[in-house]
Amino acid sequence: MAQNNEKNLLQKIIAMREFMIIFIILIIGLIMTFVSPHFLTSSNLKALLLRVSITSILAIGMTILLTAGDFDLSVGSVLALSGAIAAIALRAEVPLTLAILLALAAATLVGLFNGVVVAKVGINAFITTLATMMAVRGLVMIIMGGRNIAGLPESFTRIGRSYFFNIQSPIWISLILIVIFEFLLRKTKFFRQNYYIGGNPLSAMFSGIEVQKMRIYNFMLTGFLAGLAGIVNTARFAAATTTAGDGLELQVVAAVILGGASLKGGEGTVVGAFFGALLMGLIINSLNLIGVDVYWQTFVQGSILLFAVVVDQYGKKKTLSASA
Amino acid sequence: MGPAEQSKNEIVLSARNVSKSYPGVQALNQVEMDLKKGEIHALVGENGAGKSTFIHILGGICEPDECEIIIKENQVNEFKPHLAAEYGIGVVFQELSLVNNMTIAENIFVNRQPVGKFGFIDKKKMKTKALEMLDVFDLDFSPDKMVGSLSTGDKQLIEILKALSKNPEVLILDEPTSSLSRGEINRLFKLLKRLKNEGIAIIYISHHLEEVFDLCDRVTVFRNGKYVDTKLVENVTEKDLVKMMVGKTLENFYIDFNKEKGEDYFEVSGLSGEKFNNINFSLARGEVLGIFGLVGAGRTEMAETIFGIRKRRAGEISLEDNYLNINKPIDAMKKGISYLTEDRHSKGLALNMNIKENIASSSLGEFAKSKLGLLADKEMRDFSKDIVEKYNIVTPSIEKKVKNLSGGNQQKVLLGKWLGTDPEVIIVDEPTRGVDVGAKQEIYKYLDKVSKSGIGIILISSDLPEVKNLSDRVLIMREGEIVGCLSGEEATKEAILAYATGTNTKSGGNK
Repeated sequence: MAQNNEKNLLQKIIAMREFMIIFIILIIGLIMTFVSPHFLTSSNLKALLLRVSITSILAIGMTILLTAGDFDLSVGSVLALSGAIAAIALRAEVPLTLAILLALAAATLVGLFNGVVVAKVGINAFITTLATMMAVRGLVMIIMGGRNIAGLPESFTRIGRSYFFNIQSPIWISLILIVIFEFLLRKTKFFRQNYYIGGNPLSAMFSGIEVQKMRIYNFMLTGFLAGLAGIVNTARFAAATTTAGDGLELQVVAAVILGGASLKGGEGTVVGAFFGALLMGLIINSLNLIGVDVYWQTFVQGSILLFAVVVDQYGKKKTLSASA
Repeated sequence: MGPAEQSKNEIVLSARNVSKSYPGVQALNQVEMDLKKGEIHALVGENGAGKSTFIHILGGICEPDECEIIIKENQVNEFKPHLAAEYGIGVVFQELSLVNNMTIAENIFVNRQPVGKFGFIDKKKMKTKALEMLDVFDLDFSPDKMVGSLSTGDKQLIEILKALSKNPEVLILDEPTSSLSRGEINRLFKLLKRLKNEGIAIIYISHHLEEVFDLCDRVTVFRNGKYVDTKLVENVTEKDLVKMMVGKTLENFYIDFNKEKGEDYFEVSGLSGEKFNNINFSLARGEVLGIFGLVGAGRTEMAETIFGIRKRRAGEISLEDNYLNINKPIDAMKKGISYLTEDRHSKGLALNMNIKENIASSSLGEFAKSKLGLLADKEMRDFSKDIVEKYNIVTPSIEKKVKNLSGGNQQKVLLGKWLGTDPEVIIVDEPTRGVDVGAKQEIYKYLDKVSKSGIGIILISSDLPEVKNLSDRVLIMREGEIVGCLSGEEATKEAILAYATGTNTKSGGNK
């Protein structure tokens, strides 16, 4: 009996999407170790994690949205908006804390707006956030006058540039957030409600879950996290740019889907999303090391995403017919 | 069991030794059926009997492991949906396949639109042809009407026209009446009888045995994927059929319900909302209050308003003389009102989630008492294990996805989910729709237990025998109003129906 349980546990682990992703990551890592002497060096691995850190923070919010069946294309623009506001405020000698709070508030506000339009007014999430993605990007250009803002105080750039135990702060921030949110999404009533909403919104509503409110909270939280990512990103580069986070939203969606979330809702974990982001970053890193042309990188990323979802769909069909 | 009068009754379709297995399940085990020209042949059986698999095979949706199927003297070897149409089989599946934002004509001729020059769709011709078909069956719609604006019953008729537009010789209907009103059912039956007279052979699948007797000529029974028997309808009784379906006689089907009422404790007065007006009733402890009405009478709307899903326009709801302010479901639940929704697939359950998660879904707050709102997983597991045991839900584990359970077990999960919240009042909306006879009786037993414990039950049901036999009192709703209240000996089938259809004009009133 005990043995049987163990076997089931093993099967369960193998069946998890995270396992598949980690497996692919390990294989690529193994191959790369032989192919390039630079791959398995601490500086390369740290660069990889640093590159993934911003995507990972955004992926947390996206995972939360996707579990409830929503998603948000505006995160890249919100990231830029938050950085822009913080930078402008700091240049205007607004105190550091206030500048950050302003930036986060603006980002959360965009989330609130998205949430209300999607959940209350009832406009499709794709269209709503496509519109805010464009509008917010425009807003960023307007408030920055089309120019990048550099020369930010050291007290601010420290957020993205300090080292703890020889590891740069964005990596710490992203890892800590991932651990916290992984725990919250697994264990708390608040976040578990999202899985019910994604699973069947009507049934969730009839079960006493406040579906509209939850969806709005999710968008706000996603906006907040995008704002946070914007702060970290701006601090790291010591400059706010009008193009920050441009195109990042689709990378994030891709990472989250790779990590096991479904556009239909009801599925997804934060850790899965992190490994999804890590895999995407790893591919670019590897192709760089091998010296493959930049244009090929996007192509390979797209192909990997397609491959993962097709394999997943195939696996689902199999279990479906097995249980029919 | 060979047909003796072959010369008189031409066999259009003969199926022998049809088997189909899925990993772990033998869905069909050497079943057989034959179909004569111009007959309506009922196919009945409990959930899991294999009816759906059988018609999926005939419709070319899935491939059998083995079979000898002969249609009009042609041996069928390949199974593809478009081939079924070629063989002259038209299937109307339970889930309607119409596209809402297209017109009736476009829906009828989907993928086979008449084309004119250059391969453009000849809209005029398509319309004329659709109009012809509508006329033939006395249906008074414009072919330009959007399908989305039709009632479910009308959609069902259009779905049949769509199947008929391919000139089938065999028409298969899977539970066509499950969401139709009585008037719509009558219209459907008229249409089917007419098709039969024109020589079309019809396979009719239904859970409602009454319909078998009203409509069909012969009846074939499947049980657990096996063929049981085929009989002339005139030679069997309802009891015989149930016995054939279940494999044993069910004594005393409507168990003697608790007839001891306590005091009135739940009251609805002057309640008005979307699709209903000025509803007044009271419920006593331990009482079963039946609410009957035809589709569209406003029963579900009323229940959803009490539960806080829909906006209340006027009126009061009170429990133990306390006025309840209910604006959303969680308010109602906190006051001890449970609502077991109709339609477990769309409103009741999250099919992709497991039994534990579904059972816990209405009690999440109970499991998240700690400061952070952490869910106590062990308590959740124990709770759902308890429910699974208490309501005899057949499953290897509480981790099993609900979509993989039979209809009866799904319904029991839903029942457990709502009784598990320890309600003061429970509203059950179509609690036994689409579940088999055995599970039905089990559900009655649990409801009886609930009422014995002093909880009042509001039973909304379109199943007339169910309402009549379980309820202490029956309220009848029509067009959003309560038009009658019958109890005891007065509550006959005829009397209830007379109120519901509006043919009874004497008395009535709002109380």
